[in-house]
Amino acid sequence: MSTWIAVGVTALGCYGVKLLGLSVPAGFLERPVVRRLAALLPIALLAALTALQAFGDGRALVLDARAAGLAAAGVALLLRAPFLLVVAVAVVVTGGLRAVTG
Amino acid sequence: MGVAVGLSGFAFGVTAAGAGLSLLQSCALSLLVFTGASQFALVGALGAGGSPLAAAAGAFFLGVRNAFYGLRLSGLLRLPRAVRPFAAQWVIDETSAVALAQPDRASARLGFTVTGASLYVLWNLTTFLGGLGAAALGDPADWGLDAAGPAVFLALLAPMLRGRRERATAALAVPLALVCLPLLPAGVPVLVAALAAPLVLAVTRRKEADR
Repeated sequence: MSTWIAVGVTALGCYGVKLLGLSVPAGFLERPVVRRLAALLPIALLAALTALQAFGDGRALVLDARAAGLAAAGVALLLRAPFLLVVAVAVVVTGGLRAVTG
Repeated sequence: MGVAVGLSGFAFGVTAAGAGLSLLQSCALSLLVFTGASQFALVGALGAGGSPLAAAAGAFFLGVRNAFYGLRLSGLLRLPRAVRPFAAQWVIDETSAVALAQPDRASARLGFTVTGASLYVLWNLTTFLGGLGAAALGDPADWGLDAAGPAVFLALLAPMLRGRRERATAALAVPLALVCLPLLPAGVPVLVAALAAPLVLAVTRRKEADR
């Protein structure tokens, strides 16, 4: 049940901001401070999510095969690999390392 | 781009199943939320045992950027008022990128509609297949699929890290999130890390003012 609450709240919120952007007069969102904050906010969130999902296990910090997979994805990004390949590399390296180390 | 979205959708379906969501819940998310990063963030937080509201808040803040796409698109597409509520659901990274790259309004409208419709169908179809496939795959971690989430986030993040301000924000957000992880309930560390954005903005503005 609580999952459905999360699904509903997220759906309403995410749809709401999309509609808001299409509907509000340009003035408010065009202010430089708002624009800069909007550009930086996803960066902070994505960086935090990357770290949490790579090194978090419940409420503990762990270093496991995911870290190797993420590092491999980072190398793929530096080599300008396409999105698909970056994700595939992370999955294959993580799964492969687990298969090898058991 | 379609292939990448298809794979992400599949990965989302598998990830959501691994986080304990039912197939119906995963499909409802893809149908109703339809913005990938927010969906991954939500199931990640729920899977880690986060409260539904904290998880939804993190997903919501990630979705806020779509408001700014919508703003740029509204000037470009000039959609009639009656069409806006229907078009809004398709305002995402990919459709904005395609529409904004078009030379005139007619092709921007066409680009937005075609990209929106095809990605919406593809994303929901692959979510469903991913959710179905998850049962056959067994534990997603055995296949390394738990690394798909962070890799997706990293791949979305990388092209945004162009300037010093952007890099500083990311560099501050990571330790903030990791320090908070053992101390705060699941879903909350992401929200604390989001404070890196206004913090960096405040510091860099002060430096500019000093000059």
